[in-house]
Amino acid sequence: MSQSFNPADIQKAILEQQKIEDRKKMMLNGVLVLLLVAAPFVMYPVFLMKILCFALFAVAFNLLFGFTGLLSFGHAAFLATGGYTTGYLLSNFSGLTTEMGILAGTALATLLGLAFALLSIRRQGIYFAMVTLALAQLVFFFFVQSEFTGGEDGMHGIPRGHLFGLINLENNLNMYYFVLAVFLGCYLLVQRIVSSPYGQVLKSIKQNEPRAISLGYNVNRYKVLAFVISAALAGLAGSMKSVVFQLASLNDAHWHMSGEVILMTLVGGMGTLLGPVVGATFVVNVEYQLSQGALRDWVDPILGGIFILTVLAFRSGIVGEIQKFVKKNLG
Amino acid sequence: MTMMKKLLTTAVASAMMASGAQAAISNDTVKIGYLADMSGTYRDLAGPNGLKAMEMAIADFGGKVNGAKIEVVSADDRNSADVASSTVRRWVENEDVDLVAGLVASSVSIAVSDILEENDKLGIISGSAASSITNEHCTPNHIHYVYDTYPLANGTASAVVKEGGKTWYILTADYAFGHALEGDVSRVVEENGGEVIGTLRHPFPTPDFSSFILQAQASGADVVALANAGADTTNAINTASEFGVTQSGQTLAALLLFLTDVNALGVEAAQGIQLTTGWYWDMNDDTREWSDRFMEETGVRPTMVHAGVYSSTMQYLKAVEATGSDDAQTVRKQMMDTPINDMFATNGQIREDGRMVHDMYLAEVKTPDESENEWDLYKILRTIPADEAYRPLSESKCPLVTSK
Amino acid sequence: MSMIFDVPLAVLSGQLLIGVINGAFYALLSLGLAVIFGLLKIINFAHGAMYMLGAMATVILFDVLGVNYWVALLLAPLLVGVVGVIIEYFLLRRIAGQDHIYSLLLTFGIALLIQGVLTNIYGVSGMRYSMPDLFKGGMNLGFMFLPYYRAWVIVIALLVCFGTWFMIEKTKLGAYLRAGTEDAQLMQGFGINVPLLVSLTYGFGVMLAAFAGVLAAPIYSVTPVMGSHILITVFAVVVIGGMGSIGGAIITGILMGVIEGLTKTFYPPASSAVIFLVMVVVLMFRPAGLFGKEA
Repeated sequence: MSQSFNPADIQKAILEQQKIEDRKKMMLNGVLVLLLVAAPFVMYPVFLMKILCFALFAVAFNLLFGFTGLLSFGHAAFLATGGYTTGYLLSNFSGLTTEMGILAGTALATLLGLAFALLSIRRQGIYFAMVTLALAQLVFFFFVQSEFTGGEDGMHGIPRGHLFGLINLENNLNMYYFVLAVFLGCYLLVQRIVSSPYGQVLKSIKQNEPRAISLGYNVNRYKVLAFVISAALAGLAGSMKSVVFQLASLNDAHWHMSGEVILMTLVGGMGTLLGPVVGATFVVNVEYQLSQGALRDWVDPILGGIFILTVLAFRSGIVGEIQKFVKKNLG
Repeated sequence: MTMMKKLLTTAVASAMMASGAQAAISNDTVKIGYLADMSGTYRDLAGPNGLKAMEMAIADFGGKVNGAKIEVVSADDRNSADVASSTVRRWVENEDVDLVAGLVASSVSIAVSDILEENDKLGIISGSAASSITNEHCTPNHIHYVYDTYPLANGTASAVVKEGGKTWYILTADYAFGHALEGDVSRVVEENGGEVIGTLRHPFPTPDFSSFILQAQASGADVVALANAGADTTNAINTASEFGVTQSGQTLAALLLFLTDVNALGVEAAQGIQLTTGWYWDMNDDTREWSDRFMEETGVRPTMVHAGVYSSTMQYLKAVEATGSDDAQTVRKQMMDTPINDMFATNGQIREDGRMVHDMYLAEVKTPDESENEWDLYKILRTIPADEAYRPLSESKCPLVTSK
Repeated sequence: MSMIFDVPLAVLSGQLLIGVINGAFYALLSLGLAVIFGLLKIINFAHGAMYMLGAMATVILFDVLGVNYWVALLLAPLLVGVVGVIIEYFLLRRIAGQDHIYSLLLTFGIALLIQGVLTNIYGVSGMRYSMPDLFKGGMNLGFMFLPYYRAWVIVIALLVCFGTWFMIEKTKLGAYLRAGTEDAQLMQGFGINVPLLVSLTYGFGVMLAAFAGVLAAPIYSVTPVMGSHILITVFAVVVIGGMGSIGGAIITGILMGVIEGLTKTFYPPASSAVIFLVMVVVLMFRPAGLFGKEA
C-alpha cells in the first residue's frame, strides 16, 4: 500500500492493478480456450457439444438473471423454439445450409423473446417469473398441438448438413469446432455487453431500480433489450443442440428445463461470467454420470440435494465462492 | 491402401460367414446396454426390474456365450431423447456395446434406433407402444418385441364390438401415442360394424377425469374407451367407477393397461375391464415358474415388458451362439430365421420390418370374488392369433418392406 | 333440450358443478401457498410434494397400522405439518431475509428429493386406497350423478378454507401472526416467540396441502409424482388471486376450477393451458393479481 494520498497515484495504482487483473483473466481465458480446443481428443465430442450448448443456454439465462436481476421461469420456450424451427427447416428444405437453419431458429426465438418481454417486463419480482412461466406454458401447449413437432415422439433425423454448403458437419470434429466457435463468439459478446456502459446500466437496475429510474434511464427499454438478447442466445443454443443431436423433443419446452437452467446458473455462480459455463458443465456431468452408475435410480433426489446444498451453503455458486476465496486469501 | 482394404473386407466377410468362429465376437465380449426409464412415469412397467429380468436371462444362459464374456451396462434415460442419445452414442461408439435393450418412451426408442442404424448395432425395444417404430420409423437395426398400439386396438375393440358394444366414445390422450391408438380403434370399430360417436382429447397428464367421464356418460355410447396410458388411465378408471359408468350400462375398455396399473387400481375399481396383453404371468406352468423366480428377485409379478426383456435377451444370446458373431445384421438375420418358442411366446416370428409378431391375449380383470391375491388379476378370454393381431406387411409403410 | 354452443344445458350444469368441486380443491391447495407467502414471504415449491405426502401418508397409515380414513384426515396432516416444521427449522430458517428466489429454489430441491426417494421405495404406478364405505355410491341430481364423496369434498374443503380465512383475518391469533411476520422485533419485545410462530405457520400451510392430499387419496391415483403435476397450476391460481391474499386464493381457486371445467367442455385439449392464459391476461391488467395489493 502506498503511503501517499495523492489521488492521481491511487488512480494509477488502481489502473495498474486492473491491468494485472485483466492480464490474469486473459491468461486464464486463454488456457480455458486451449483446453476446449484440445478437449475432443480426450473426451467424447458429442458429449462436449451437449455441454457447450447448455453452457450457452445458461450464459444467455445469466445475462438476464445474474446481471439484470430478472428471473425468467420460461426460458425453455426459447430453447425449444430455436430447436424446433431449425429442425423443421433443415429437415424439409434441403437447399438450406446448416447456418441458415440455425439463424432462422435464432431469429424466431428472438421474436418470441420480444413478445415475452413486452408482455412481462412491467411485472416485478415473482410476478415477472410467473408471467414468463405462464407464457412458456402456452408455448409448450402450442408445440404439443402442432403436427410438425411430432408430439412426444419428437422430431428425428434432422440432417446436420454442410456449413456454408462446404464443411461436412456429419463429422463430429467439424461439428464440435463449429459449436465451439459459436459458443466462444457468444461468450465474448456477453462479456462485452456486461462490461459496456449498457451493461453497467443493467447492473445498476439490478442493484437499485428506483435509483436507475431517477437517474433518468428508461429502465424498461434496457430490460427489454436484455431479455431479447438473452432469448436470442437461448434460441441459438436450442438450434445448435437440435443440429448436434439431430433431434428436438418436448423435454426442451417443458418447465423442468426452465428450472434446470436456473440450477446450472446458481450452482456455477450467478452474476459471474464463467459461472453458468461451470454450472452447466457440472450439472450435465452429474446428471450423465449418475444416470450411468450405481446411483442410476437416484438422479432426481441427488439433484434435489444439490439444489438444497447450493442454496444453503454455496449461494454464490462454484465460481462465486472461488472468487470470494481468492479475494480473501490471495487478494 | 487398396490392398489393405481388400484384405480387411475379405477378413470381415470370412469371419461373418464362418459360423461358430469365436474370433467374430468383437473383443471376445458380448456387451448389452439396458436403457430405460428408471425414475419417471414408466419406471414400474420396465425400469429397474427389467434390468433384473435381463440379468436373469444372462444367468440362465450361463453367463458366457461361446466362451465370450457377457457384460451388461445400464442407464436411466430420464425419458429424454437427448440423454438417451448421448448415452447410446457413447455406448456404441466408444464402449463397443453390441445390443441396446429396454427402451420405453417413443422419443427415446426412435432416437436410439437412428443411432444404432448409423453405427450398425442392434436394438430390441420392449417397452414402447408406438406402432410407427416398425412402420415409418423402421430400420434394419432394431426389433420391436412385446406389443404395439395396433394389436391393442385390434384385440380389445373387435372383441367388445362383437359382444354388442356398437357405439363408442373415446377418451384420448392428446399426444401422438393417443392419436395413433384412437385412429386404430376407430378403424377396427367401424370395420366390425360399430360406430364412433364421439372422441375427446384430454391433456397429458390430467389429474382429474370427472369432467371427461361425465361427458362420456352424457354421450350415451355403449362403450367408453380409454386411449391413454399410465396414471391417466388409472385415474380415469377410478373416476369411472366412482361415477358409476358401468352401473349405468356402459362398458369400459382400456386400451393400454399394464399389470402394475391393474395391481395399483385393485380389482374393485378395475373389475370387468377388457384389455389386450402380450403376456400374462399366470397362463401356464412355464409362465408361472419363471414369474415365481422373478418375484423372488423383485418382490412383484412381472409385466409383459419384463417377460419380453427376458425372452428377447435369451433369443439374442442364442442367435449369437448359433452364428458365433455379434455383428448386428448376422444376429438379426438369425433371430428372424428362428421361431421363438419359450415361456413368452409360441411360434413368435420376427418380420423384416423388425416387428416380432406373436399371439396376443384378450383378458378381463377379475372380480373381487374371483381374485385370490393382489396379483391374481386377469382371466384370459381369447387368444388372438399373431397374424390377426398385428398390422399386416401389406399395409406397411416401412421401406424395408415396400422396396422389395 | 336447451343447448348452449351445442352442449346440452344439463351437461353444462354438471360441468359447472364439477368445476366448483375441483375449484374447492384448488382453493385448499392455493390457500396454503398464500398463507406461507403472505405471512412468511416464502415461495413454497414443495407444496405439491406436501400434498403428495398427505395422500401417501393416508395410504401408508392404513396399510401399515390400519388407520382409517377419519383418523387419517387428522393424523396425516399433522404428520406432514411436523415435517414442515422440521423443514422450516433446519432449512428455510437459514435463508430468512434473502431474496424470495432462494426460497423457491430451496423448496424445489426439497420437493425433488422427497419425490425421488419415495419413487424408489413405492414406484410410480400408484397405491391402492379404498373409498370409505360411508361414501360409496352417490345421488342423482337430475342433470348428473353426484358421487357422495365429491359432495363431501366440496363441503369440507370450503369449511376448512373459510375457517382458515377467519382465523387469520379475524382472530387475535391471526393478528399476532400478521404482526409477528411484519415486525418481528416488536412482537419479540411483547414476549411472543416469533421464530416458533414462523415454524408453526409454515407447518400449518403445508398441513392444508396435506389435508387436500388426504381428500385426494380415495379418488386419485396416489403416486410420489402426483404433486408435481398439480404444482404449477396451483401456483398460477395463487398468482392470479394475488400472492399472499388469503381470501383471493380461495375465490380464485373456485373461479379457476369453473373456468377449467368450461374449457374441459368446450375445448378439452386446452384445459391444462387455460389457467396460464388467464394468468397472463389478468397480470396485464392487474399487476398484483385480482386481489393483491400493489407494492
